[in-house]
Amino acid sequence: MAILKTEGLTYTYSAGTPFEKTAVDHVDLCIEENTMIGVIGHTGSGKSTLMQHFNGLLQPTSGKVLLDGQDIWADKAKLREVRFKVGLVFQYPEYQLFEETVAKDIAFGCKNMGLSEEEIQSRVLETADMLGMDRELLERSPFALSGGQKRRAAIAGVMAMRPKVLILDEPCAGLDPKGRNLMLSQIRDYQKKSQSTVLLVSHSMEDVAEFTQKLLVMSKAKLFCYEDTDKVFRRADELKQLGLRVPQIASVMQALRKKGVPLPEDLYTVESAREAVLALLRKGVSSC
Amino acid sequence: MLKDITLGQYFPIDSVLHRLDPRFKIIYTLIFIIMLFSGNHYWTLLIGAVFVVMAQLLSKVPLKMSWKSLKPLLPVLVFTAVLNLVFIDSGDTLLEWKFLKITQGGINTSIFMICRIILLIVGSSLLTYTTSPILLTDAIESLMSPLKKINFPVHEMAMMMSIALRFIPTLLEETDKIMSAQKARGATLDNGKLMERVKAMIPILIPLFVSAFRRAEELATAMECRCYRGGEGRTRLRQLKASKGDYIGLGICLLFLAVTIILNIIL
Repeated sequence: MAILKTEGLTYTYSAGTPFEKTAVDHVDLCIEENTMIGVIGHTGSGKSTLMQHFNGLLQPTSGKVLLDGQDIWADKAKLREVRFKVGLVFQYPEYQLFEETVAKDIAFGCKNMGLSEEEIQSRVLETADMLGMDRELLERSPFALSGGQKRRAAIAGVMAMRPKVLILDEPCAGLDPKGRNLMLSQIRDYQKKSQSTVLLVSHSMEDVAEFTQKLLVMSKAKLFCYEDTDKVFRRADELKQLGLRVPQIASVMQALRKKGVPLPEDLYTVESAREAVLALLRKGVSSC
Repeated sequence: MLKDITLGQYFPIDSVLHRLDPRFKIIYTLIFIIMLFSGNHYWTLLIGAVFVVMAQLLSKVPLKMSWKSLKPLLPVLVFTAVLNLVFIDSGDTLLEWKFLKITQGGINTSIFMICRIILLIVGSSLLTYTTSPILLTDAIESLMSPLKKINFPVHEMAMMMSIALRFIPTLLEETDKIMSAQKARGATLDNGKLMERVKAMIPILIPLFVSAFRRAEELATAMECRCYRGGEGRTRLRQLKASKGDYIGLGICLLFLAVTIILNIIL
């Protein structure tokens, strides 16, 4: 079932001045429940602007955003509830931390929801556990944490609101490879556990290939496509024209196919590629 | 959105006025202000108005922008007008009610003051519409350079000004981002009682201060890495050079000033 829908969504920055720019141009989308979705696109393709429409931070110049079939701008008084249902974590979210302790900062969103003290407490602990944060960290000042832990604290603050849709804008920017993988698997675990929809904005094709089921591709303010991840990566040439690429391993597999190695087309993670190649070797086609 | 606040309010198009030397433009503005305040006659205003219309046409800045700079000052205008209306006591009395007395002189002065302030704002905002903030600081530094002789830190002042100007948009953007991030966590910023509103600012101000200090430190390090050590012996990328047009402009401004002063003496 669709949880989020957009109809002819258009947004123009600074309309009527020399700086006028259309950042999102007639986007029609239908986002399902309980899926992990990657959002990719060249810098300036309108990804971030689109994401800020989903929780009503930006009001469309024209078109509609529907959450559970309701136009989120129909009743402005309910916008706050929309933001509890659609959680948005910005890029470099660690710069939004402000409370005295990490626990209080994580609780900020829940407090705004008006939850009871016990409920907040249990949600804070649960979210911290899910993101692998030590309990002792919770009583420290958020400014005393390491970069990765600060980021986790900030993400936890939104996760603890238990939104139906969680949008993460490049949650791994600036983390080392090991930290990236850990963060992404924690996010995936969260998605599975909460049965919610997670939108993951990313510039890493490897990451979205490994962790997402569907891909939303933006190009020059327009929706290029919204399809299953493997289907998108089969359109390697088109992606290249958009200034994007396929995961490295998919390029390797494509090159091998061109040389006549009989490999299937849907290999875009290292794991699946490894298995396919091993299967081929076992059959003894290694001669070419 | 916060980004729409015009602080530097530079309007980036190409026009005669945009191309003039910023130092001269500052001088023109000063002459214009002196001109407006040199007489108490309606003629002064008429000449001022001609000057502003001319400059506005030359600048190619749409009138809408001037309205934008005028709008926030409307309360001040109304306040001035009311004060003049009520407190000036000269000429025929037109209306009397308890302690309030409205006179012909009061009405005249109010109208005069309103016109003068409108001209002042529209005219002087043309300076910032046609000159980028960076050029403006360059010009101020250049105009103030004689003060170096009395050990006034002109370069340091100018550097501080350009850094401050440079970071206004950055910090505004940052504020916007932080506000969005806190709103996404359900923070309410624009309603509630005064105390609640003040409290609601904390989640914005603390991250903003933290990031401002971080940026300041990073900038200081970056400047030191490039061996910045003050203005001594520093050359500039943009050299300010006066051209013929600048002197013609100066001539026109002085002519206007002279006409205003002469008219005031004659009438």
